[in-house]
Amino acid sequence: MIDLLLSLKIAARALKTNKMRSFLTMLGIIIGIAAVIAMIAIGSGASTIISEQIASIGSNILLVLPGSRTSGGIRLGAGTTPTLTMDDAVAIKAECRAVELAAPVVRGAAQVVYGNMNWSTAIMGVTPDYLVVRDWAVVEGRSLTPLDLEGATKNCLIGQTVAENLFGAENPVGKIIRIKKIPFTVVGILDRKGQSPQGSDQDDIINIPLRTAQRKLFGSQFPNTVGSIMVQAKSEQDLDRAVEQVTTLLNQRHRVGPSREADFTVRNLSELLEVAEQSSKAMSLLLGAVASISLIVGGIGIMNIMLVSVTERTREIGIRMAIGAKERDILLQFLTEAVLLTLVGGVIGMALGVAGAKLVSTFFNWPTLISLQAIAMAFGFSGAVGIFFGFYPARKAASLKPIDALRYE
Amino acid sequence: MDKVVRVSNLSKVYNMGDQRVEALKDVSLTIESGDFAAIMGASGSGKSTFMNILGCLDTPTSGDYWLGGEHVGGLTKDSLAEIRNKKIGFVFQGFNLLARTSAVENVQLPLIYGKVPAGIRRERAMAALALVGLADRAGHYSNQLSGGQQQRVAIARALVNEPAIILADEPTGNLDSVTSIEILAIFQKLNRQGITIIMVTHEPDVAAFTKRNLLFRDGRILADTQVAQPADAGQVKGGG
Repeated sequence: MIDLLLSLKIAARALKTNKMRSFLTMLGIIIGIAAVIAMIAIGSGASTIISEQIASIGSNILLVLPGSRTSGGIRLGAGTTPTLTMDDAVAIKAECRAVELAAPVVRGAAQVVYGNMNWSTAIMGVTPDYLVVRDWAVVEGRSLTPLDLEGATKNCLIGQTVAENLFGAENPVGKIIRIKKIPFTVVGILDRKGQSPQGSDQDDIINIPLRTAQRKLFGSQFPNTVGSIMVQAKSEQDLDRAVEQVTTLLNQRHRVGPSREADFTVRNLSELLEVAEQSSKAMSLLLGAVASISLIVGGIGIMNIMLVSVTERTREIGIRMAIGAKERDILLQFLTEAVLLTLVGGVIGMALGVAGAKLVSTFFNWPTLISLQAIAMAFGFSGAVGIFFGFYPARKAASLKPIDALRYE
Repeated sequence: MDKVVRVSNLSKVYNMGDQRVEALKDVSLTIESGDFAAIMGASGSGKSTFMNILGCLDTPTSGDYWLGGEHVGGLTKDSLAEIRNKKIGFVFQGFNLLARTSAVENVQLPLIYGKVPAGIRRERAMAALALVGLADRAGHYSNQLSGGQQQRVAIARALVNEPAIILADEPTGNLDSVTSIEILAIFQKLNRQGITIIMVTHEPDVAAFTKRNLLFRDGRILADTQVAQPADAGQVKGGG
């Protein structure tokens, strides 16, 4: 065995004698590695978006929705009947041990006016717990308090999109806006939340006290009912238990039994989003697999060229064997060449892949994530391709008989 | 004197399809240390086969071969490679230097495979080049050298590991007569320093510079004669 530095030097010299051929051989690996790096970067970018969206909903969230109603034999869809009440929310928080908070919500839409500006937006009637459950901060002014809820005050919190559309550069805190002609005081501005997993703008919203919404804004024929209840479990492990406890409690409270269909549904939001995340993972896996195929094709190209090289250099192999090279020396010589070829190709491919990912994020406004892990993996992979596809030609060179190799014309 | 090469009842049979070719038939021979022997014969006489077996590039079908007291037979490929590296120096008709490689690097090659530490490789290669009078061309690539110079680099390469024997296979076959004499002069000089040389040639003129002529025909040694008065290449000027 000869030392590493020397074999690298010898390999580099051999590759330099056929620069064009070496480059073309490398091209397969370059494209393969560049594709793998770019695909992983784009794929993990997508996963990041989804993770952020999951986080934006709040953690460990269950959604309790009112159920369907049967009217004259016709079953109406979920949420058509206001069957959930404020008391249900209070009971869930009080009685379900796996539940941390329960935030009842009433939802509607309304035209909002400030000065000569107007804007149509979603109105949420909420309790102070709502922002805690959603993990949502107030960036300016104050939050809604229990006093706002009890007193059904006409105070409101506005989202960033609403602030921009109604106030522009003006500071909205303390200003009066009219929601359905009823004057409300803006007491705070909500932090930016971004897109929801469904793609809607979560900042296009106004929060008002729940009682105010029930009594003054969206007068209902069923007073005290709520649109939905957001429930936060104590921890991720408690999610399943929370679903069970909430379902059991509401079954009792709503007297659900064999003769009476459940008039509510409990949904685990995190689960839905996990599915979305998994599909994005599957997507990046697929992209990675396609990219890997080009890497394999590149590897076959290397094997092909190495075989040609072994045949061309049979005489050189013979000389080396005659003066004392062992099989192992010849094997390592050709293996080093193949690995050097793929590693140099791998480094170039990496640079191109990173550049490609940056290009995608710049021009398509798509976040990309280049992890050290992906780079290490690509580097290892290109080395492995070199060893795998270089081994057979190297083995062939090493197993030549010295006398045959020396006499080869 | 020590018997550096001893072969007994050496045979080599090639099976070519259904044809059986006996290249060597029961050859026995000893060569003493410090000898300078020429192996002669027409093509097909078995001299090349004999050389290949002596060089451990090929193995005999039957018979025994001792090189410097070591029995070369049933050795593994790696052991044979080691013997070629340590005990044998090859000089070929076609020089067989590595292209795009400098003279000194070519000479270092056996030292690299012989695991000689990097620090002293260059030093020893330069000493070997000096011995063949090419110290000033150490940095030249093999394709920048003349045929005679290339052959001298090849001799330096053969010498560098201080082998027991130098095997030269028609070393002057590709050279003009003046250069041939120069190469033979180097061989004679090395031989006078005690190096054993076995040289294949089909030219009687060349064989005249050696001490002993072995004539092969049909796989056997036909004649084994001591040269009474070997010609001195150092004295010959122009033409052999």
